[in-house]
Amino acid sequence: MSNIPAELKYVKSHEWIRVEDDGTVTVGVTDYAQQQLGDVVFVELPEVDTEVGDGDDIAVVESVKAASDIYAPLPGKIIAVNEALVDAPEKVNEDPYGEAWFFRMELANADDLNELLSADDYAAECE
Amino acid sequence: MGKQTALYEQHLAAGGKMVDFGGWDMPIHYGSQIQEHNAVRQAAGVFDVSHMTIVDIHGSDAKAYLQRLLANNVDKLKTPGKALYSGMLNEQGGVIDDLIVYLTEDGYRTVVNCATREKDLAWMEQQRAGFDVSLTERPELAMLAVQGPNAIATVADIFNASERTHMAELVQGLNVFQGLPVDGWFIARTGYTGEDGLEIMIPAEQAADFWQALLAQGVQPAGLGARDTLRLEAGMNLYGNDMDDSISPLQAGMGWTIAWEPAEREFNGRAPLASEKEAGDSPKLVGLILEGRGIMRAHQKVVVDGIGEGEITSGTFSPTMQQSIAMARVPRATGDSCQVEVRGKLVAAQVVKLPFVRNGEIVCK
Repeated sequence: MSNIPAELKYVKSHEWIRVEDDGTVTVGVTDYAQQQLGDVVFVELPEVDTEVGDGDDIAVVESVKAASDIYAPLPGKIIAVNEALVDAPEKVNEDPYGEAWFFRMELANADDLNELLSADDYAAECE
Repeated sequence: MGKQTALYEQHLAAGGKMVDFGGWDMPIHYGSQIQEHNAVRQAAGVFDVSHMTIVDIHGSDAKAYLQRLLANNVDKLKTPGKALYSGMLNEQGGVIDDLIVYLTEDGYRTVVNCATREKDLAWMEQQRAGFDVSLTERPELAMLAVQGPNAIATVADIFNASERTHMAELVQGLNVFQGLPVDGWFIARTGYTGEDGLEIMIPAEQAADFWQALLAQGVQPAGLGARDTLRLEAGMNLYGNDMDDSISPLQAGMGWTIAWEPAEREFNGRAPLASEKEAGDSPKLVGLILEGRGIMRAHQKVVVDGIGEGEITSGTFSPTMQQSIAMARVPRATGDSCQVEVRGKLVAAQVVKLPFVRNGEIVCK
């Protein structure tokens, strides 16, 4: 069974989204996604200050088995990336909701958060 | 649900993540492909390869038939148990499949791939015309590959512990690429990982007990994922990736498996292959090591400056080398460097001779 924390938001393409106190969001890939991928061996991150649109493919996570795109869950601007993942991509398997966050975003429109899936909705997607 | 091997329940019990593989429900891994890969390189792992197709060949024309069917020459097999790797070619010289053939006391035994089973059997049946030969599939046999530096000693220990000392002696006395029957089993010192080890054909009803005995000795169950990274590091071809019906053995790094002598042996595809060899300009299969970041995958484009383009046939992350490696078909004039188009970007790669890893050591320069 995969871990789907109730306090996070989700998108169908298996990214999780955490809303921070300052209104920015942190994005990573879900436990379900890392299980499907298998051993993660390479991560490519977006560039800071990039403006991204909803659903743009902006990062890559590669396991031994396959490559998967990481999508921008909402429109906005990349304000930070987790450089530590580049040297330790296995963190995606070990701690997908913690140390293995991918990037932080400033949203173009905070109302967009209403479009995201709840943990229950996402759990249903994974079944 | 696909077909299940005699070890299906054991896979589930060991935590195997099951996937469809050529119509069979097979384990891709049991938790971590990399851990399984490393266990085979450093100690011992066991693979269920029961999905592969075993075909016994009997009859007074068995040798003549195989001399037509295979690019390698079974006349090289002088004593029962000796094994030979060969391509089975079509009339155009393309590879229908690659296989191992063993000389047995009363004929030959071949092991062909699972995904190509129907095509292979139809071709082998069609080629039987004019030869006194019978083909017998052996679906009642399971097949396990025990691979790694400790594989042979561990299997011998298991036999000794159950007082099957004659089987332990047989296992310890096998030469490389030799397989022998014992008590209804057929044990061969062959494999697909670049490590020493055994491939063991065994009555299906005995497979689960033997599997459990291996696990009890600390042998790591390993899935198809590790099998793929191990064979790629070992520079071994995978049918459908590195060769197929449209690719000749000369282009697939299998030139050494073509027995040109004696000149009068008319194997399928000989004439077009001979022309291709004489022309000397067909692409070649090489190893690539990515110098930049990323992972090479099958079908990515290879760019060789001033010479032309090629294609990755198999690519992955190498757990042993901790970087991306690949096999690629490139223009014959390719030197020691190229670029690979990885997800839209050209990344530099070093061209090396295969294999990358053999017996636990990185051997490519």
